Amino acid sequence: MMISQFFVLSQRGDNIVFRDYRAEVPKGSTETFFRKVKFWKEDGNAEAPPIFNVDGVNYFHVKVVGLYFVATTRVNVSPSLVLELLQRIARVIKDYLGVLNEDSFRKNFVLVYELLDEVIDFGYVQTTSTEVLKSYVFNEPILIAPARLQPIDPAAIFTQGAKRMPGTAVTKSVVANDPGGRRREEIFVDVIEKISVTFSSSGYILTSEIDGTIQMKSYLSGNPEIRLALNEDLNIGRGGGGVSVYDYRSSSGSGVILDDCNFHESVRLDSFDSDRTLSLVPPDGEFPVMNYRMTQEFRPPFHVNTLIEEAGRLKAEVIIKIRAEFPSDIIANTIAVQMPLPNYTCRASFELEHDAVGQKTDFKETSKMLEWSLKKIVGGAEHTLRAKLTFSQEFHGNITKEAGPVSMTFTIPMYNVSKLQVKYLQIAKKSSSYNPYRWVRYVTQANSYVARI
Amino acid sequence: MAPPAASQRYPSPSQPSGKSEVTDLKSQLRQLAGSRAPGVDDSKRDLFKKVISYMTIGIDVSSVFGEMVMCSATSDIVLKKMCYLYVGNYAKGNPDLSLLTINFLQRDCKDQDPMIRGLALRSLCSLRVPNLVEYLVGPLGSGLKDNNSYVRTIAVTGVLKLYHISASTCIDADFPATLKSLMLHDSDAQVVANCLSALQEIWSLEASHSEEACREKESLLSKPVIYYFLNRIKEFNEWAQCLILELAVKYVPSDSNDIFDIMNLLEDRLQHANGAVVLATVKVFLQLTLSMTDVHQQVYERIKSPLLTLVSSGSPEQSYAILSHLHLLVVRAPFIFASDYKHFYCQYNEPAYVKKLKLEMLTAIANESNTYEIVTELCEYAANVDIAIARESVRAVGKIALQQYDVNAIVDRLLQFLEMEKDYVTAETLVLVKDLLRKYPQWSHDCISVVGGISSKNIQEPKAKSALIWMLGEYAQDMSDAPYILENLIENWEEEHSAEVRLHLLTAAMKCFFKRPPETQKALGIALAAGMADFHQDVHDRALFYYRVLQYDVHVAERVVSPPKQAVSVFADTQSSEIKDRIFDEFNSLSVVYQKPSYMFTDKEHRGPFEFSDEIGNIPITPEASGDIVPAQQFEANDKDLLLSTDEKDDNKGVSITGSAYTAPSHDNSNISSQMQELAISGPATSAATPQSSFDFDDIFGLGLSTAPAPTPSPPLLKLNPRAALDPGAFQQKWRQLPISLTQDCSVNPQGIAALTVPQSLIKHMQSHSIHCIASGGQSPNFKFFFFAQKESEPSSNYFTECVINSSSAKAQIKVKADEQSTSQAFATVFETALSEFGMP
Repeated sequence: MMISQFFVLSQRGDNIVFRDYRAEVPKGSTETFFRKVKFWKEDGNAEAPPIFNVDGVNYFHVKVVGLYFVATTRVNVSPSLVLELLQRIARVIKDYLGVLNEDSFRKNFVLVYELLDEVIDFGYVQTTSTEVLKSYVFNEPILIAPARLQPIDPAAIFTQGAKRMPGTAVTKSVVANDPGGRRREEIFVDVIEKISVTFSSSGYILTSEIDGTIQMKSYLSGNPEIRLALNEDLNIGRGGGGVSVYDYRSSSGSGVILDDCNFHESVRLDSFDSDRTLSLVPPDGEFPVMNYRMTQEFRPPFHVNTLIEEAGRLKAEVIIKIRAEFPSDIIANTIAVQMPLPNYTCRASFELEHDAVGQKTDFKETSKMLEWSLKKIVGGAEHTLRAKLTFSQEFHGNITKEAGPVSMTFTIPMYNVSKLQVKYLQIAKKSSSYNPYRWVRYVTQANSYVARI
Repeated sequence: MAPPAASQRYPSPSQPSGKSEVTDLKSQLRQLAGSRAPGVDDSKRDLFKKVISYMTIGIDVSSVFGEMVMCSATSDIVLKKMCYLYVGNYAKGNPDLSLLTINFLQRDCKDQDPMIRGLALRSLCSLRVPNLVEYLVGPLGSGLKDNNSYVRTIAVTGVLKLYHISASTCIDADFPATLKSLMLHDSDAQVVANCLSALQEIWSLEASHSEEACREKESLLSKPVIYYFLNRIKEFNEWAQCLILELAVKYVPSDSNDIFDIMNLLEDRLQHANGAVVLATVKVFLQLTLSMTDVHQQVYERIKSPLLTLVSSGSPEQSYAILSHLHLLVVRAPFIFASDYKHFYCQYNEPAYVKKLKLEMLTAIANESNTYEIVTELCEYAANVDIAIARESVRAVGKIALQQYDVNAIVDRLLQFLEMEKDYVTAETLVLVKDLLRKYPQWSHDCISVVGGISSKNIQEPKAKSALIWMLGEYAQDMSDAPYILENLIENWEEEHSAEVRLHLLTAAMKCFFKRPPETQKALGIALAAGMADFHQDVHDRALFYYRVLQYDVHVAERVVSPPKQAVSVFADTQSSEIKDRIFDEFNSLSVVYQKPSYMFTDKEHRGPFEFSDEIGNIPITPEASGDIVPAQQFEANDKDLLLSTDEKDDNKGVSITGSAYTAPSHDNSNISSQMQELAISGPATSAATPQSSFDFDDIFGLGLSTAPAPTPSPPLLKLNPRAALDPGAFQQKWRQLPISLTQDCSVNPQGIAALTVPQSLIKHMQSHSIHCIASGGQSPNFKFFFFAQKESEPSSNYFTECVINSSSAKAQIKVKADEQSTSQAFATVFETALSEFGMP
């Protein structure tokens, strides 16, 4: 259980915060760690695993917004515990700072020290609840302008496309007040689904999975109880073991069937079995109410068709077609398509549709990667890319074995493939005039979206 | 103020010294120290921030210690906190100056505001200055009684800090007893949790020299205490829940109702979003059900789904930690996961460390029904742009082929890899084809025709080259070009940098020579000459040996170098089952991630707060089994097993005389014994009868079979000390030092086997015979116990026993070590009698 040190390093390896709790690890651990991670070469992999041991010291790290969150210990601890903790520390800090990045971190390092003192004492975790920490922490966060938000921040996914989303609201600190000195009463419930699909070369689905999270961020004062109702036809547990308390295999075939799910510790499931509602008193800050996993078949949002053909002795042609299989009032954004080309490819020239807007193509010479990005795709639309390849040597054998697979990343706001829904969000508070803002938002993102050729 | 901002204002803060800045700070702090001007706190805050930012980036700011303390007279809590942080960091190096801080910290400990009281107490205990401990006892005492729970939580951890600075002060103040009472009565869950962690740490450290601490530590595992915690587990936060679950793992339930009660109590913990809570719960479930085979299997089924959900819901790092545990479970019970193979398919954007684990799991769960799909998927990865993963995938296909019975389709796929014409794929494939041929010689025809077409020039990696050369030697009669390819390679002897390859060249040239003498004679001559001139000792020795054997008699040489081989039935597992069990016992710890038991990567005091009962378990395992023995080396060992060193053989007989390399005679020797088996099998080629031939061999290498000391006649009955005590460390040491004086097999009666479902009962039973258990472990059907006994009235004469019981065969094996070896037979008799009474009413 005991953590010896906690520190945060920038991408260049300098300390942003450093806290030693038990004085058991020799000096220089930050340098040791950074050198090891930067120049990792063991077991043929170029990437250091999140946990490794150097001279009897165990180093744990997670990467968050380009920063290394690191813990060290000499004890044989639970690896999950430490990695969860690191992730949680990042989340608590984000709750406080609103936006988590190197800049906000450096501006608020004293606040971070204050948090760290309360989160861990002598290596033992005390609390990671933003709610509890609030009463111990006295520094006011120095907020940075949300305009500096990096697009990779998960909060940013709501800011693009659909303009009605109050995208910046979710980036405010849970402790800071709005400029008017008053806090807006509001609560955000985000249903975020990451989908993984692998298509075979003939286009049928080999594997598909949805990993979903219902994420909540509450700015409600007085911690009222909340009831969250999900689809009534929601079923949990399929194919799993007979020991599961949730075993509704008899009703499979209709409705939304989750393979499995888990819940935040604040969630009470008293009436979940009867009417699919979750009740909870949301603590301050951002947290996942429920994580779920689903392998039930669903309609993949994009259909990808790829063709690679020889066109002479040193030439070949690639055609990639993408068709959006969702309604036309939905718009996907930040779409990127990648395809590794044969490693003897020396040139690629591209041909887009003549009315193409907001599309870019590139051939990365060193990695032999074809890249095609599209700002947005409207539901029902189809787009095609043609690429003419030139090879530096004659190829033999099967060219399709030398290229691909095609992979895709995208974000589709206001759309979720699982059909899981938040039917209503009820806030239990006596006063009739109390009517806080409630935001329920959906988004689908590609996790691993791959089409083999 | 923060590091980058500072770098704009000051030209060189990154220079390690930063001397001028520190001097600057010092004078500014001094100016502010006495000031009572309005806004002075804000200026102090800015200065303090600078100090702390310097401290963070590693500039030594200890020289402003005095000024910081002077400035600390303030009511601003933010300032106080920064000051405490600073003081905590530098107090150790400035014990004299630290005395300055005691005053204001002690005053703050009596503040009205519980926040200030808590903070001051925490800082006071964090000074880590031994000569200041006298100032800690008072504030800690009142802190533990404080009516505010925040102060109490801090005071409890403070007691632990005090223990680490001065254990005697802590014990003398009777703080552990206070903590124990708080643990059982305090209304605040965090206070209770901190008491538990503090007491575990203190009592574990005390236990080595205090019997009382030992007892107290055991008392944490008593039924009332365990249920006290488990019944209110939901009142604790998720981290404290992990702590409690970790404690519950060590609890020995009284009966199966007890087991089911606990499992029902904890069932909903498996739905927790925190992976650490889930894994800790899984560990409890797995450990509780070890002796109940069918329930144990149900547990596997039950935990599968929650673990898979955790894998896909967290960050890649969290997934990795969970996957490592799934990996362990998959390898232990592949059939349970066989239908879930799709969950272990790699996603293209996963980090390599995740993919690698998944590939290993796919390999483990491949069976008749899913192999086709799995291998098809692996073949996709083999074409991957990521070379490391492509290699792993090829290896995975090969491993699956080796563990399957019907490998027809897989062999074709492997051979297709050779057609991909990617160097690294070819290299990996060659190594696997070689292994495959050793197990399934019947495939040689298909393989050889493809391998024969590969140009040796394109193979650079030593392992692959060795594999190719081995095949050339082994199948020289089927490959028409074999002598010429070998000759070519031998002519480039000087350019061959790998000794491994040169060794293989020598052997292959010999084998080829026996089959096609006229064509190979010249090449062999060159090889032997080059080998004997080789600077590498092994190469030189092998060449010389070959040369002399040839000189002696060509037919004998053939029998030695190229005897008819029997197919390898099972490749020796690189990790012994004992090590695997040990890792399983350490579920939910780093052992699982590193795939090594904790003693291989931690020093004793860091194995975990609660690893007392089985720390002795590491005795029988010698750490030499770590790491991956690659198949090529395996094969190497096979060719060389004719030259097995004598101490390895000795060891194999279970009696260690020299004992230097293998202090623990019972160490796992499956590796060696499988080689021995092969040796015995290849023996008959010498036309003598099997047992005879292996005796011959032993004679050649001067091995005697019966080195076991003759049992001494039994002396009169032995009396044992019923109250003998020994700590595990001392046991471990003794066990290492002493030779085995006796090994004995005996049977256990059926009632005893039935009673063994609760292994604890045997421990109690033996204790009633004055034989005390030091450590126990294992799971049905194999249990292992370490016992200790002492001769009555002779504390220097001790007996150490390892007892392995197999409950399915109702057999036990005991190994006795004794200070007084002549009496070990008498002790064994006592032991056996006691054991035979186990389970009797």
